[in-house]
Amino acid sequence: MGRYFRRKLLIYGVTFVIAVTINFAIPRMMPGDPIARMLAQNKVSNVESAARMHAYYNDLFGLDVPLWQQYLNYWGALFQGDLGVSLFAFPSPVSSVVLDALPYTLGLLLPAILLSWFVGNGLGAIAARSKWLDNTALPVSYLLTAVPYMWLAILLAWVGGVILGWFPVAGGYSFSFSGPQFSWNFIVDALHHWFLPFLSLFLVALGGWAIGMRNLVIYELESDYSNYMQTLGAPRRLVRRYAFRNAMLPQISGLALQLGVVVGGALVTEVVFAYPGLGSLVLDAIQNQDFFLLQGILLFIVIGVLVFNFLADVVYVLVDPRTRLGLEGGAS
Amino acid sequence: MSLEVNDLRVHYRTLKGDVRALDGVSFDVADGEIVGLAGESGCGKTTLGKSLIRLDGRMRHVGGTVALDGEELPIGDDRAMNKRRFKDVSIIPQYSMSAMNPTRRIGRMIADLLGSRGIAYRDLKRELVQRLELVGLPEKVLDNYPIELSGGMKQRMVMVISTLLDPSLLIADEVTSALDVSNQKAVAETLVRFRDMGFVKSMIVVTHDLSLVYQIADTIMVMYAGRIVEKASAETIVKAPQHPYTKALISALPEVGLEYGDRKLKSIPGKPPQLLNPPTGCRFRARCPLAGDECAEQPPLVGIDRGHEAACWKLEESNARA
Amino acid sequence: MTTDATLKSDSVGESRERLYFAFRNPKVVIGLAIVLGLLLVGLIAPLLLSAEPTQQFDAKSASPSGEHWFGTTYFGNDVFTQFAYGIRSSFMVGALGGGIAFVIGLTVGFTAGYRGGLVDEFLNMLTNVVLVLPALVVLIVLSTYLENRGPVSQAIIIGVFSWPWVARAVRAQTFTLRNRDYVDLAKLSGKRAPQIIVREVMPNMASYLLMSVILLFGGAILFAAMLDFIGLGPTDSISLGSMMQQSMAWSALHLGLWWWFVPPGLAITAIVGGLYITNVGLDEVFNPKLREM
Repeated sequence: MGRYFRRKLLIYGVTFVIAVTINFAIPRMMPGDPIARMLAQNKVSNVESAARMHAYYNDLFGLDVPLWQQYLNYWGALFQGDLGVSLFAFPSPVSSVVLDALPYTLGLLLPAILLSWFVGNGLGAIAARSKWLDNTALPVSYLLTAVPYMWLAILLAWVGGVILGWFPVAGGYSFSFSGPQFSWNFIVDALHHWFLPFLSLFLVALGGWAIGMRNLVIYELESDYSNYMQTLGAPRRLVRRYAFRNAMLPQISGLALQLGVVVGGALVTEVVFAYPGLGSLVLDAIQNQDFFLLQGILLFIVIGVLVFNFLADVVYVLVDPRTRLGLEGGAS
Repeated sequence: MSLEVNDLRVHYRTLKGDVRALDGVSFDVADGEIVGLAGESGCGKTTLGKSLIRLDGRMRHVGGTVALDGEELPIGDDRAMNKRRFKDVSIIPQYSMSAMNPTRRIGRMIADLLGSRGIAYRDLKRELVQRLELVGLPEKVLDNYPIELSGGMKQRMVMVISTLLDPSLLIADEVTSALDVSNQKAVAETLVRFRDMGFVKSMIVVTHDLSLVYQIADTIMVMYAGRIVEKASAETIVKAPQHPYTKALISALPEVGLEYGDRKLKSIPGKPPQLLNPPTGCRFRARCPLAGDECAEQPPLVGIDRGHEAACWKLEESNARA
Repeated sequence: MTTDATLKSDSVGESRERLYFAFRNPKVVIGLAIVLGLLLVGLIAPLLLSAEPTQQFDAKSASPSGEHWFGTTYFGNDVFTQFAYGIRSSFMVGALGGGIAFVIGLTVGFTAGYRGGLVDEFLNMLTNVVLVLPALVVLIVLSTYLENRGPVSQAIIIGVFSWPWVARAVRAQTFTLRNRDYVDLAKLSGKRAPQIIVREVMPNMASYLLMSVILLFGGAILFAAMLDFIGLGPTDSISLGSMMQQSMAWSALHLGLWWWFVPPGLAITAIVGGLYITNVGLDEVFNPKLREM
C-alpha cells in the first residue's frame, strides 16, 4: 500500500513540476515580446501607467537574470501564493481573481461529475441486464458522448432558455443582485441559473459512464470467476452482484482520469452560458491576452485535478483489496 | 454405473454453421472410477467436460442422453441443470488461478455461494476446515483474498470448494497445466485421495498430459475430432494401444514427461479435420497410414478385450504391424 | 482454449473473413456511411461551391432556402459554404491530430512494453503524467501564445497531448505478447526489436490498433472544436467550432438564427458518433464472442 501511494504521489509531484515548468517556459520560448503584446492588446493609453506596468511585468518575468535563476524565482513566488497580477482585472492579483470564480466552477463540476457517475453506472449496469434496454440506452449513450460539450449547452440554452423561456441563458445570478449574497432569493436565483449548465455537463458525461459500466459488467460476467460461480449453480443474481461490484472499481479510477476532460467541458459550457466561473475567466484572459491570469488558472486546475486524483486513489485503495494488499500496487 | 453417456452430440453455433465438437460420444463411468480423457487440442475433450455440467452460450445440445446415478442430467436445460450442479456434478476448471472473485474474502465467497444454494455456511464450516487441512491449507486462508494465495494454494482451494458438497461426478479440466512439476504431482495425488475418501464418487480427468492420467486414471479414453477412438485401462492404452491414432499419440511422446502438449504430432502428417463440415467415414482417415476403402464408412466402437474398445476397421492389421 | 482451435479457420482466410463480417455488421456499415458521407461533403462541396466561406451576401440572417441551403449568418455568409469548409478542416485536424497521437502512443507503448526495465519506468511515468494533465487547459494556454494558428499547428499540439491512453494499452498488450513463442522464435533467429514489433507483435493487435485510431480521430475532432469555440481556432480559416463561436458571439440564440449553430454541432456529433458506432461494430467483428451473441 505504501508503495502504491508513493508511486502515485511521485506521479502527481512530477506532473505538478511539469505543469509549472510549462507555465514558466511558454512565455519565454514563444517568439516576440509577450509583455508588449499584452500591453498593446489592452491599449493601456496612459503613458505613465503603461511604463509602470511594463516595468512591473518585466520585473515579474525577471528577464534580466540568468534562466535558472528566473526559474528558481518563479518557484519562490509560487510558494508564496504569488501568481502575479491580472492585467484584465488590474491591479487584482491573479490568485484572488481565480478564487472568486472558483466556487462557480466547482459548484457546476462536482455535482455534474458525481451525479453523472452514479446515474451512468446505474444505467450501464441495468443496460447490461436487458437486451431491450441495451438497444435503446446504448445508442443514446454513444450519441451523448459524441456531442461536443458546447453544442449541447447551446441547444439547451436555445430550447430551455429562448424557446421555452424557462431558464435564464446567461450569468450566474440575476443583475438585480449586485453580487453574491446569502439569502433565499439569491440561492433560488443562483440555482435557476445553475441548472442548464449543470444539465448540459451532466448529460454529456452520463453517456460515457453508462457505456463504460455496461462494457465492464459484460466483461466481468464473462470472466473466470463468474463462470465458476455459474458452473457451481450460483443464481444469476449473485453472479451479477459480484460482477457489478468489481466493475465499479475501474470506474473509480476512470472518474479521476475523466476529470481533465470534464474540466475542459465545464470551461466551454461556462462560456456558452456566460457563467462566471473559470471558463468565462479563461475567455476573458484569452481575449485580453492576459497571460498571467491564464497561467494562474492552469495552475489552479492542475492542482485541483491532482487533488481529486489523489482522493480517487484513496477511495480506490479502500474498496479494492488488490491494491490494499500492495501486491499489485502501482501497476497502473 | 455412475455416469452413462449415450450418443451425445453437442455443437458450437457459429455464423458459418454448426461446429460438431461432440459427434456421437458414448461411454460409461463406474462408481469410484477415474477416467482420463486425452486427445489433441480441439478434439472435443474440453467440450465433453463442459457439456456434462454447463454448456456455454454458443454450445447447443443436439442429441443424446446423459444419466448420472440412473437419473437423467438435463444438460441442455440451464435452469433445470442448476439444481444438479455443485451437488451432483462439479468441476475443477482449468482456470483455477482466476476462478475466485478477486475482491471477496474466500470464506465470504464460499458463504455467498452456499447461501445461494440454500445451505448454511455454518453447518459446513467444520467439514470445510477439515478438508482444508487435508490439502495443507490453514483455516485462516478463508479470511484471505485470492491474490494472497500462491498458485498451488489457489488450485487446492478450488479443489476443496468444488468438492465440498460431495458430488457424484467431478470433472477435472486440465487441472495441472498451470502448475509446476512438484505441484502437479501433489494435485494428482489429492484427486485420488478425494476419490478414496469418498468426497467424489467418480471422476473424469481431462488433460493433455498423458503421464498424469497414466498415474491416476483407471481408464483412459482417447478422443479424435469429436469422437472417442479408443477406451481401455490406463495400462493398456500406454502399453498396448490398438487404434492407429492412439499408437501415433503414444509413440510421439518423448520418453520423459509423456506430454504431447499443443504441438502438432510430428509422426502424423496433417492436422485434425475441420469440424464444421467433417469428412464422412473415419475422421482419422486422411492422416492414417493404414487407411483403405472401407474407412469411407464410419467404424463403430467395438470391444476388443474386457474393457477395451476401439473404433477402427483395421484393428487386426494394426496389431499385425505392431 | 482447446475448443478455439477447431473454431478458428486458417489464418490466411482470417483477415478476409473479418472483412466479410465487418461489411455485414450493420453498426460498421451505418457508422462508416455517416462518416464517409460527411467526408464526401467536406471533400467535394468546396470544389463545387462558387462562394467563399468569408464572402458576404446581401441576404443577411436569412433562413434556409433554395439559394442558401443552410441560410446565412448575421453578416450574410452562406452557412452551408462555411459548413462544408468546416467539415473539411475537422477531418484534417482529426486525421492529423489523431495520427500524431497514434504514432506517439504506439512508439511509447511498444518501447515501454518491449524493453521493460528502466526505459519502461521512465516512459510509464511520462505516460501517467500526460494522462493526468488536463489536456484542454494546457492546449488553451499553448494556443494562446501562438500568434498564427493554423489547422496544422492545432493538430500537432492536440496530437502531442492525447496519446497517453493508447500508450498505456499498447504497453500492456505488448507485455503479454512479448513472451509468446513466435516472438521468442523471432528473437532467436536474430531479428532486431523494431522488426519483431512490426512483424510479430503488431499484427496480433491490429484490430485493437485500428480501433484506437478511430477513437483518437474522434477525440482530436472534439478537442479542436472546443479550442475553436473559445476563439483559439485557426486564425485564417473557418471551422465548425469557430462557426459556433461566431454564432454565440453575435447572439444567434436570441436572434433565432438556429441554422447558424445547429449544423456545425450536428456535423461534429455525426462524425464522432459515426466513428464510435463503427468502433462498436468492429469490436463485435474482432471479438467473435460478441459476434455470436
